[in-house]
Amino acid sequence: MNTKEKAFILDKTGIDRAMTRIAHEILEKNKGGRELVLVGIQRGGVHLARRLAKKINEIEGLEPPVGILDITMYRDDLATRKSQPVPQTTSIPFDIQDKVMVLVDDVIFTGRTIRAALNSIMDYGRPRRIQLAVLVDRGHRELPVRADYVGKNLPTSSKEKVEVMLTEDGVEEKVVILGE
Amino acid sequence: MSLSSKDLLGIKGVTTDEIQLILDTAATFKDVSERDIKKVPALRGKTVINLFYEASTRTRTSFELAGKRLSADVINISTSTSSVVKGETLLDTARNIEAMKCNIIIVRHSCSGAPEFLSSRLTSSVINAGDGFHEHPTQALLDLFTIREKLGRLKGLTVAIVGDIAHSRVARSNIHGLTTMGAKVRVCGPPTMIPPGIERLGAEVFYDMDRAIEGADVIMMLRLQLERQAAGLFPGVREYARLYGMNSGRLAKAGKDVVVMHPGPINRGVEIASEVADHSSVILDQVTNGVAVRMAVMFLLSGGGKAEA
Repeated sequence: MNTKEKAFILDKTGIDRAMTRIAHEILEKNKGGRELVLVGIQRGGVHLARRLAKKINEIEGLEPPVGILDITMYRDDLATRKSQPVPQTTSIPFDIQDKVMVLVDDVIFTGRTIRAALNSIMDYGRPRRIQLAVLVDRGHRELPVRADYVGKNLPTSSKEKVEVMLTEDGVEEKVVILGE
Repeated sequence: MSLSSKDLLGIKGVTTDEIQLILDTAATFKDVSERDIKKVPALRGKTVINLFYEASTRTRTSFELAGKRLSADVINISTSTSSVVKGETLLDTARNIEAMKCNIIIVRHSCSGAPEFLSSRLTSSVINAGDGFHEHPTQALLDLFTIREKLGRLKGLTVAIVGDIAHSRVARSNIHGLTTMGAKVRVCGPPTMIPPGIERLGAEVFYDMDRAIEGADVIMMLRLQLERQAAGLFPGVREYARLYGMNSGRLAKAGKDVVVMHPGPINRGVEIASEVADHSSVILDQVTNGVAVRMAVMFLLSGGGKAEA
């Protein structure tokens, strides 16, 4: 399939505004950030989680710890995929017991990644509450999962691909829809 | 990227990319064993059979833990308590096991080629856990993993393998693996224990251990199978230890950064002195890494799309 850019959704400023708003919303909903921990889902969520932590620090003066979560070993399609995905690092170097955890991902689509992430988190401890922040909600949920904080709601066709590109990966920062 | 075969029968023929993939995957599985809950659901609902026709503690336990930490159901069959003692053939035993719907069969057998024989006759994945004098692929992979972990790379390293090369499947798998990954391999042992033609696998032959370990980054000691003395391959254990044993004197000459390995079980004071084994070797790291590497192999062989590929 030859994919090309079909629509330009967010530029650098747009992404930054959305992240700033989400940081405020997280603090508002959780009445400050004392119990807060952030966990970014590999790969796209990791950079966004770090950015959110910085923004929360700018606003509130305390930076929540940031963990990295890889959900490969918890996927529900391992038996049916053509090839196995290579698992990435998981690193949650702090106690999550009774904390308020915000899972961060770049795009929410079917909801299966989040299901896997929740299962994985339970093997690390029992947070008091888990919330979900995403930069883009593109619909087409296959599981009853909903994000608490959404940067942008984006109606898409299930055949399209939403690509979040971030400067941390050495590319021009933008959100685009790719399609045939 | 995935493995090209449903089985892991040997390191010979496995590509650089495939070895890299296995080692990279193993690195993440190593973290699982460090956690409080040492289990991930990756192989939930799969069945793994350990079919061991030879004695083993380390390898069998390692495979069993690896399977269990991936949430597979693992059954151990040791031949002394199975129908093998009633005269059932290897193939019949394997076919009966497969009839109970298993996904992975792990085989150790004293006959070289037994796992390959089974793999062509079964639809399950077959993993070779050591066959005769042929190969022991997961041991080589865990050795590669350990070297890479300690020294950060494999390419360009010099690795000396010392001991009974002729009867060692560990040596053979390691020679294939190390040369594939771009390391230089030296083999060293008494002439009676160096198989003719081993140079063709890309190894340089030494009979003098001090010369073999000079400038080596890694020294891999092999277990001396004491029953070989009866066969007349070496005159005495003490002489062997003096000529081909790793001790603190040789360690000092080799340099403090050299990585000393041994696949176990060790004969203390024969091929490796206690002070080296206990204080200057990575033997227990090898054992730890064995579980991670075997998890990676089972995980990668369990990709469901193999049949259509």
